[in-house]
Amino acid sequence: MFGILALGVFITFRCLDFPDLTVDGSYPLGAAVFAVMIYHGFGAGWAMLAAFLAGALAGAFTGFLHTFSRIPALLSGILTMTCLYSINLRIMGRPNISLSENLGHRTIFVILRDWFPEVPEAYLRLAFLLVLIVGIKLLLDFFLGTEIGLSIRATGDNETLVESQGVNPDSMKLIGVSVSNALVAFSGAMFAQHQGFVDVNMGIGMVVSGLASVIVGEVLMRGKTIFVMTLQVIVGSIVYRLATAVALNWGYNIGFKPYDLKLFTGLIVIIILSYPAVQERFSRRARTKQNG
Amino acid sequence: MDNRENKVMLQLENVNKYFFRYTQDEQWAVRNLNLKISEGQFVTVVGSNGAGKTTLLNLISGSYLPDSGKIMINGEDVTNLPAYRRAPYIGRVFQNTFQGTAPSLTIEENLSLAYLKGKRKGLRPAINDEVKKFFQEKLADVGLGLEKRLRERVGLLSGGQRQALALVMATFGHPKILLLDEHTANLDPKTGEKIMELTNKLIEENTLTALMVTHNLQSALSFGDRTLMMDEGEIVLDLVGEERKKMTIEELLERFSELRHKKFTEDRALLSS
Ligand SMILES: Nc1ncnc2c1ncn2[C@@H]1O[C@H](COP(=O)(O)OP(=O)(O)OP(=O)(O)O)[C@@H](O)[C@H]1O
Ligand SMILES: [Mg+2]
Repeated sequence: MFGILALGVFITFRCLDFPDLTVDGSYPLGAAVFAVMIYHGFGAGWAMLAAFLAGALAGAFTGFLHTFSRIPALLSGILTMTCLYSINLRIMGRPNISLSENLGHRTIFVILRDWFPEVPEAYLRLAFLLVLIVGIKLLLDFFLGTEIGLSIRATGDNETLVESQGVNPDSMKLIGVSVSNALVAFSGAMFAQHQGFVDVNMGIGMVVSGLASVIVGEVLMRGKTIFVMTLQVIVGSIVYRLATAVALNWGYNIGFKPYDLKLFTGLIVIIILSYPAVQERFSRRARTKQNG
Repeated sequence: MDNRENKVMLQLENVNKYFFRYTQDEQWAVRNLNLKISEGQFVTVVGSNGAGKTTLLNLISGSYLPDSGKIMINGEDVTNLPAYRRAPYIGRVFQNTFQGTAPSLTIEENLSLAYLKGKRKGLRPAINDEVKKFFQEKLADVGLGLEKRLRERVGLLSGGQRQALALVMATFGHPKILLLDEHTANLDPKTGEKIMELTNKLIEENTLTALMVTHNLQSALSFGDRTLMMDEGEIVLDLVGEERKKMTIEELLERFSELRHKKFTEDRALLSS
């Protein structure tokens, strides 16, 4: 589930080189749109599709701010995220909504349980999420290998070149950021179904945890082909989730509280990102010592 | 009358380009420039540092828009077209060996990007067996063994190999004009020579119209069929035919100081001549 979010973050941060902070807003947006659609009697499939499209729209807005209004990428994302906070509240009508079968809310998990009544629900969820993430990974691999996908990746790599090859880099950024946020919102909708509730604040820190998954994956596995890179992201997000779960359980004894989780995530990202620089500094010091 | 020879491929009329216009730091980088290049001509450009050579190429490619004047490619007015809309007419190789390719993509992905130039991008796979074969043939012509390394990332190649790849990419789809900006300047002399030969070969084989900036006066005179000398945003010397054939580096430098009442200052020109 968080793997989908991480794949979204991967597109912007790694393929496009566009540090997109819209995620913190598009994640709850997906959940909110999903919940409201369900409340209005739509099926889970339609609601998920709507969440996906809403995310794409949010991403397109950030992309528009950046490419048309020339607002720096970071600020564009922050602006959209801030606007989305109010928009999400408006969509939901209140700060949180719960989804319950008793109210006739048939989430994808309820539907699945009815299809396979003999399978224990926990396994069923796990299996479904695995199939889903693998499916999305393969689709994304395909997309990044298409003409448009290739142009998007090239834009993150060398904008001058892309321009000289007759591709408008702005269009590619717009498409990339939209696809990314569509995935993020979809992941928000999945989470809403898994937890059975939606909270406007559920998006806080989501970019960083997505990024944590991406870089944990990169540390664990080597390889630069698209197939391997998206696999890294998924493995990274699973390991990252396990690590946080372990940290919470263990940490309980030493006074670790659930709300310390964001601190923990932030520290992971800081440590991994600082590692090369710290290492370089130490080796330089070692070298000057040797010479001196 | 031979029509082909006379067809104008590139035309600049009274083109001006300023940087920081209306400020203290105003730079008049290209001044009332007029230039006509016929189809199939291979023009070399030399000039002192800051003469405006790179700016001229950027104006042609659309990376910069002129402050005034008109630019036509193959009879079409492209003055106000953004770079990506002009790209189908133009092939380009830069001085910086990282600029002409995308380093984190593979060789085949880079080639595919160039192959798709000017075509509508869709959701078809960018690479298939057919284009792969085409890429292999093109790379085999270059003779660097790159055709066996299609799936390697370009960032791992040497500067010379990257420039060779950039050249092949720039000549895909028979551009109306090939722009080369000191594309051998960052290579060691031997590799530079090889790339220069490759350049010449590609231009001749494909009968391309080309504009090549170089700091090497010898190459400027020995390659191509016309040489322009620029200074302070103007073309001060335009050599063709017999006059050009007889020209030597010494004479060229002399002509320059006569015309401009100063010495030709190009830090690298002296080293390489
Ligand atoms: N992007 C820019 N911003 C501001 N000034 C510029 C810019 N590009 C070029 N100039 C100025 O325009 C003038 C011409 O520069 P240009 O790069 O075209 O020279 P050049 O002939 O290519 O020189 P070189 O041999 O050093 O490459 C110089 O005075 C330069 O300072
Ligand atoms: Mg230059």
